[in-house]
Amino acid sequence: MKNILISDPTLRDGNHAVSHKLNLKQIAIYCEAANYANVPIVEVGHGNGLGASSLQVGLSDVTDRQMLETAKKHLTKSKLGIHCIPGFATIKRDLANAIDIGVDVIRVASHCTEADITQRHLGYIRERGKEAYGVLMMSHMAPANLLLEEAQKMENYGAEGIIIMDSAGAYLPSDVTEKISTLVEGLDIPVGFHAHNNLGLAIANSITALESGAKILDGTARGFGAGAGNAQLEVLVAVLIKMGYKTGIDLYNILDASDIAEKEIMPSIPVIKSESIVSGLAGVFSGFSKHVKRISEEFKIDQRDIYFELGKRRVVAGQEDIIIEVAMEILKNKK
Amino acid sequence: MIKKRVAIIGSGNIGTDLLIKIQRSSYLECVLFIGRNLSSPGMAKAISLGIKVSDESIQAIIKDPDCCDIVFDATSAKDAIHHWEILEKLGKIVIDMTPAKLGGLCIPAVNMAESIILKNINMITCGGQASIPIAYLIGKLHKDIEYIEVVSSIASKSAGPATRLNLDEYIETTELGVKLFSNAKNAKAILNLNPAEPCIDMQTTIFAKLDNPKIDELKIEVDKMITSIKKYVPGYQLLVEPIYENGKIVVMIKVQGLGDYLPKYAGNLDIINCAAVAVAEQFAINNQS
Repeated sequence: MKNILISDPTLRDGNHAVSHKLNLKQIAIYCEAANYANVPIVEVGHGNGLGASSLQVGLSDVTDRQMLETAKKHLTKSKLGIHCIPGFATIKRDLANAIDIGVDVIRVASHCTEADITQRHLGYIRERGKEAYGVLMMSHMAPANLLLEEAQKMENYGAEGIIIMDSAGAYLPSDVTEKISTLVEGLDIPVGFHAHNNLGLAIANSITALESGAKILDGTARGFGAGAGNAQLEVLVAVLIKMGYKTGIDLYNILDASDIAEKEIMPSIPVIKSESIVSGLAGVFSGFSKHVKRISEEFKIDQRDIYFELGKRRVVAGQEDIIIEVAMEILKNKK
Repeated sequence: MIKKRVAIIGSGNIGTDLLIKIQRSSYLECVLFIGRNLSSPGMAKAISLGIKVSDESIQAIIKDPDCCDIVFDATSAKDAIHHWEILEKLGKIVIDMTPAKLGGLCIPAVNMAESIILKNINMITCGGQASIPIAYLIGKLHKDIEYIEVVSSIASKSAGPATRLNLDEYIETTELGVKLFSNAKNAKAILNLNPAEPCIDMQTTIFAKLDNPKIDELKIEVDKMITSIKKYVPGYQLLVEPIYENGKIVVMIKVQGLGDYLPKYAGNLDIINCAAVAVAEQFAINNQS
């Protein structure tokens, strides 16, 4: 029986779905449920991770410190994880405090071709004796050989595993096979996959990742996450049980946790909306969806036009400001 | 006009682009271009221009302290600290291109006069040079600003290794500059590297969270500011004029470079270097003796 490590970013990626407004009570309730279900890693924070509360991406009502302290209190068995993007989070202002609060697992993320910006952060985490992973975001934008080069840099910097994110929900299963097997072959550390469901393939792609050699998977309760959401955790766990994989997660308890999450933290359950399909086709960061919706309404333009234009410009996570510029350009061209 | 003699320490993108700009100056002359490796592309460029070069890092100036009046430090925040300890004793004027924030923060269009009397002038960051003039205007027109945020996106190819290692210092120094010049209580800086091909031009967005925005006055002030920045950074332009959206002022700037060492997309390189040259030239004009 093969072991698979599950990381659950319901309280991090899900924050995108509520414009980063998850409150401390919600964090406490879900942490308790996930902890009871033996989820190995529970990731908590602003959607773009540590230090990312901003006008650009969205302001949280609570601080990173409050979120992490609350989560830590309710996680007795599960490890507390965070997402951290250099360019948003600095070591001094953000990372040092998070480790002091008791974060166990830190995922240092960069756009898929920019791994060298993670060097100092990864080094610092290892110095502090915490678990460090490297994350390549928007990984559909780089070919497999380039992804491997970037992942190897992170491995050299001290990453103990590499997660590639399908941040736009743009992958087909054949893409997953190609990229995951290239990484598995070329790295000495475990490889993981983080799915988004824009094209309805989150579970299928996650399983394809396993079959290609991945050892780490991300999933969230009801798929609660940016845009069309992530791989639905309770479904993923059930499928893994049926396939004979071992996750350490109790089925009944994770089903209960997802019911609790639906009731307590989701204003609406993620579905694949029309604009999410377009977003996936255009290869646009899922975290943009709330902003695109708001700006398209303000400027009275079709969100689908915005997505395709953003895709054409190859914008990356963190470039939310460009949405306004694109909207104004579409408006100008209409006149 | 007697040209002031300058040395450039750091042979990466910033240092090499500075050299090319200084070659055009009527007030400055580069007498020494210093790096650590004679075979780096920047060194090769300097040699091809017939400039005296050294691969001995700060030792080159210690050995020949009288060679120059002004030193541009285009290394890294960490090295700049060590260099300043030496250069201060040697009585050099240092124009610091790194985010080490050892000296006074300088935005030529805002505080040129008070900067050129300093011994160590810090050019903040590329994103700071692009955003702070606008943040300054927002601060001038509005009282008690709670929060200003500046976001820059630059082409991946325009960010060399030192820039990438200095991301944390970039953020800290840009935030300090925004707060200092705008009087906002809190500030945040974000930097994105975008690998798209063809490369994107540098873009900077300034957000200010406030009620009762004075958009019409701001538009007039911003236009004036852009005219004065264009005098030293010709590619500085308004991309989205001041608007008020979702409880915040939004202004977007685009900076195209002159295409000296890196192509025109590298506005980030250009804006900080043009600003530094403008400061050095003003210093040269004021100190003709």
